[in-house]
Amino acid sequence: MALSGMRGLSVFISDVRNCQNKELERARVDKELANIRTKFKNDKGLTPYEKKKYVWKMLYIFMLGYDVDFGHMEAVSLISAPKYAEKQVGYIVTSSLLNENHDFLRLVINTVRNDIIGRNETFQCLALTMVGNIGGKEFSESLAPDVQKLLISNSCRPLVRKKAALCLLRLYRKNPDVVSVDGWADRMSQLLDEREIGVLTAVMSLLVALVANNPDAYWNCVSKCVRVLERLTRSQDIPQEYTYYGIPSPWLQVKTMRVLQYFPAIDDPNIRRSLFEVLQRVLMGTDAVKNINKNNATHAVLFEALALVMHLDAEKDMMAQCVGLLGKFIAVREPNIRYLGLENMTRMLMVSDVQESIKRHQVQIITSLRDPDIRFRIIFIDLLVQCISLCSIRRRSLDLLYGMCDVTNAKDIVEELLQYLTTADFAIREELALKAAILAEKFAPDLSWYVDVILQLIEKAGDFVSDDIWYRVVQFVTNNDDLQPYAAAKARDFLDKPAVHETMVKVAGYLLGEYSHLLSRRPGCSPKEVFSIIHDKFATVSTPTKAILLSAYIKILLHSQTVDPELQNHVLAVFRKNETYLDAEVQQRASEYYALSRKGPSMVDVMAEMPKFPERQSALLKKAEDTEVDVADTSATKLRLMQLTSTAVVVADQKPANGVHPALTRVPSGQRNIEAPTVPVANGGQSPAPVDFLAIEAAPTHSAPESSPLVGPGDSLALALMDNQASTVQPTGSVTEWFDALCRKDSGILYEDPFIQIGLKAEWRGNQGRIVLFLGNKHTAPLLSVKAVILPPRHMQLLTSNVPDTIPPRAQVQCPVEVTNLSPSREIPVLDFSYNNSSAMVSFKLRLPVIMSKFLQGATLAPADYIARWKALMGPPNKLLQEVVRGVKPLPLQEMSDLLGSLHVAIAPGYDPNVNNIVGAATYFSENPTLCLIRIETDPADRTQIRLTVGTPDTSVALELKEYIKERLVDIPSGAAPTSLPGMPSPADDLVGPAASLAGLI
Amino acid sequence: QIQAVFLVSRQGKVRLQKWYTAYPGKDRPKAIREITSIILSRGSRLCNFIEWKDLKVIYKRYASLYFCMCVDADDNELDCLEVIHLFVEVLDRYFGNVCELDLVFNFHKAYYILDEVLLSGELQESSKKSVARVISAQDTMVEKAKETGISHMMSSSSK
Repeated sequence: MALSGMRGLSVFISDVRNCQNKELERARVDKELANIRTKFKNDKGLTPYEKKKYVWKMLYIFMLGYDVDFGHMEAVSLISAPKYAEKQVGYIVTSSLLNENHDFLRLVINTVRNDIIGRNETFQCLALTMVGNIGGKEFSESLAPDVQKLLISNSCRPLVRKKAALCLLRLYRKNPDVVSVDGWADRMSQLLDEREIGVLTAVMSLLVALVANNPDAYWNCVSKCVRVLERLTRSQDIPQEYTYYGIPSPWLQVKTMRVLQYFPAIDDPNIRRSLFEVLQRVLMGTDAVKNINKNNATHAVLFEALALVMHLDAEKDMMAQCVGLLGKFIAVREPNIRYLGLENMTRMLMVSDVQESIKRHQVQIITSLRDPDIRFRIIFIDLLVQCISLCSIRRRSLDLLYGMCDVTNAKDIVEELLQYLTTADFAIREELALKAAILAEKFAPDLSWYVDVILQLIEKAGDFVSDDIWYRVVQFVTNNDDLQPYAAAKARDFLDKPAVHETMVKVAGYLLGEYSHLLSRRPGCSPKEVFSIIHDKFATVSTPTKAILLSAYIKILLHSQTVDPELQNHVLAVFRKNETYLDAEVQQRASEYYALSRKGPSMVDVMAEMPKFPERQSALLKKAEDTEVDVADTSATKLRLMQLTSTAVVVADQKPANGVHPALTRVPSGQRNIEAPTVPVANGGQSPAPVDFLAIEAAPTHSAPESSPLVGPGDSLALALMDNQASTVQPTGSVTEWFDALCRKDSGILYEDPFIQIGLKAEWRGNQGRIVLFLGNKHTAPLLSVKAVILPPRHMQLLTSNVPDTIPPRAQVQCPVEVTNLSPSREIPVLDFSYNNSSAMVSFKLRLPVIMSKFLQGATLAPADYIARWKALMGPPNKLLQEVVRGVKPLPLQEMSDLLGSLHVAIAPGYDPNVNNIVGAATYFSENPTLCLIRIETDPADRTQIRLTVGTPDTSVALELKEYIKERLVDIPSGAAPTSLPGMPSPADDLVGPAASLAGLI
Repeated sequence: QIQAVFLVSRQGKVRLQKWYTAYPGKDRPKAIREITSIILSRGSRLCNFIEWKDLKVIYKRYASLYFCMCVDADDNELDCLEVIHLFVEVLDRYFGNVCELDLVFNFHKAYYILDEVLLSGELQESSKKSVARVISAQDTMVEKAKETGISHMMSSSSK
């Protein structure tokens, strides 16, 4: 046994170890703490050795989980000791014992700084290590420049520079301003040329954090990162000590691929090609080996590569290859890889059209439901939920869902879904409830289970259960005699619970009215008792429910074999009372039932049980089967037709549940919450949500129905392929999606097809903007007769530079455009682009993302100022434009506020005393900047309508801005958008899509 | 980013803990207790990742010790798992067939070594050789200091 080298410390550790129980241990620790406290009090008598020993003891005690609230000063003071041995202890104990906000740290800042800038390399290392491990604002402010210098210094050894890089990373996390100095991006780029793998790894960690916060600033690092990956995957110049089980630093590979996932898209075709070569190499070399560490390291790299491939939205072949790999992973025994395979399969489902290939693996996927590890079951449910939320968008995935559910596992699956329902995202609950009901009906192993499921569904998510769901239960129960007593008893149990949902009152009232007499011998189920349980709810339910309950009462009364006079009096009193009820239906039922019940048992036939329903198809299943039809025929046109006609049969209207978030751009951790709110923002472009999804559907299959009169709004909005029906060149992705992404970001792809890629980068300042179009020839032959004409709307001035007539093979041409916004308008410029790929002429029109929000900038006002301005706008003359907007996408308040924030409106929470209202302010830049005040009043009872108020001194701004915001909030039914755009819109009236239809409505 | 590293024995005793965030000191023991109780109850055939609050915990058992790392939810799991193994290999190399008792009585050494493998919650050095070099250089320096300290003490006592 190796001993600590300090006898006193070893003895203490032994003592603690030998303690039989927790109490004895605490006593021993307390004794030691008292001892240390006394020693520290007469500080002068302590030798450096003793001081060290006690400080270590403190750390040991602290590590065991005890509170150590003294002696910090002694630990900190060791840092200032001149000798290495003491300094080292001081640094390490301080960094473990104190956290970043501790006051004592301030005392040593000078010493630490002297160690960092001093000549002694070992001291530098100690100081950098502590600062890196503690972080803290004060360190950040006072030490960052010195740390930065060490990192870029040529004279420092790798050990110091490596520590400096990570130390800087910690300081940056605390305070991003520390590296805002100009030119740092170039420094980072130079640092990536580093050959030493240790330093390079540390630099890459730093880069991950920098890029996560601000990808735009570090574009120059992309090609370097790809080169690093090339070096690693080809094992070029990698010293033996940096290979791990034969793999060139897997960690550096993972980090580098992580960096690349933060860039929205990689425009440069050459870089993109090299990157795909690297990725291809990673995806190919994946033979499973016996050695578990080698296996893990290979797969760590592989999973990161998969994530990067998904992010880059690679070609279909590569995606299919990825699904194939994942299929292999979920079949292996090794739980880690199986788990990650499944998790990534779920992500894959979101990304692109790979469901067909995923379906091939469904058998494997299902086995995870029975895995002993609960994590697998959770992931499985995630996957199902993913399917479900996709169902309403891409109906084919319902097929995938059915594929995974069968009679043997339906019980488990549905029960897991019910569990999940209570915690599920609000937006998806209705969809989940419906799908759970469908699955339960389709695969019910027995009918009583089905009844259980539906009643539980109502209990857990009553708000989200449509009437059709409970009608279906009633049908089943009515048609199955042996189910009736069971259902009635269940219904009675549910009514006993404290808070009963109204839908439950309806279904329970109905079932008990029909069948409670079958229970009358059971305890607590006499007609009188059943009546009083139901009637408890009567006062609080809505009118239609009251009507159902009245029918239940008379049935209970007339079904009972012996008339209970007391019950009769009660029931009659209720009828009497409601004869004067406000609602005609209730009134009529009350009077008629009153009259009927007075006639006594002779009327019993009138109130007999309901006859059996003719065997009819479930409305729920019907909906599902409609879907199965279009599984066979997947053309987008058919799909549209289905969607338009099937609403008649369908239970709930087709709402896109939870948006799809196709590009899985990494969101920096710590800001993870951003991921969810961006979903509504995905509609931040000109197109409403459903459009997006159709575009996804249509684009990859190239079946965009140009010739059909039923063109989906997605396609017409995208403006792509409008007049090139003869041409066979198709974009490699969805133009609408690219456009939408660019509405949110300032760089990315605008368009891409097999020959050309058009990237876009923009900067905005006030009413000015500078857009650079990157035209990259992907082809091996030159592109000829290149023409790019931008059709500016009236309110904008655009200065376009000339585009060369020819783009050489594999070359990229930049085309800067200067934009000046002159007056408020929602119109946007259109790029008319054409080229000749030496076999055909290709031309298309693309909307440029010069939307209103690019000229908006959030404005923060003090509450008093805000109110004063608001009052001033109220007039006279009244400059507040107000409108009640209906058909708004029902969003939780926070998401709506985030959506507004994404339009560059500064939200001012708490300014409005009503918590259901959102207020904010922004400056709109056209010829003159205009301050705009915005208020949204929501109705918690009805999320689909709001009152929107926009006030600005300049009413034309207010008008445009109000419409602009409205477009973002309104959920336009997919059928309502214009069918197709006839020819080319003249620049003056190129209001397209929702804007046009809205303009038409007003 | 790695938020915290800790080592616990099968009995739930903490053998090492290091935090790379400003997680309040008072809440740390509770967090470790919670995570430990989940991990100890998991069978050996289950996967090495669990979710805890909004973090992920990657853990691996070596003999009687569990090595645990709390990381961000979007970190690469297998990458972290092999960081743990790298740390174990470095310890093994230093102590020569490391066992729990080595770490108990030389917990300060374990801290030094950890500080050369991880920094700021990131992997600092993936070369075992390089870490070994740094640690042995540190040892030499401490030894030197000790010798001069002792000779100083002897000379002062002989006076």
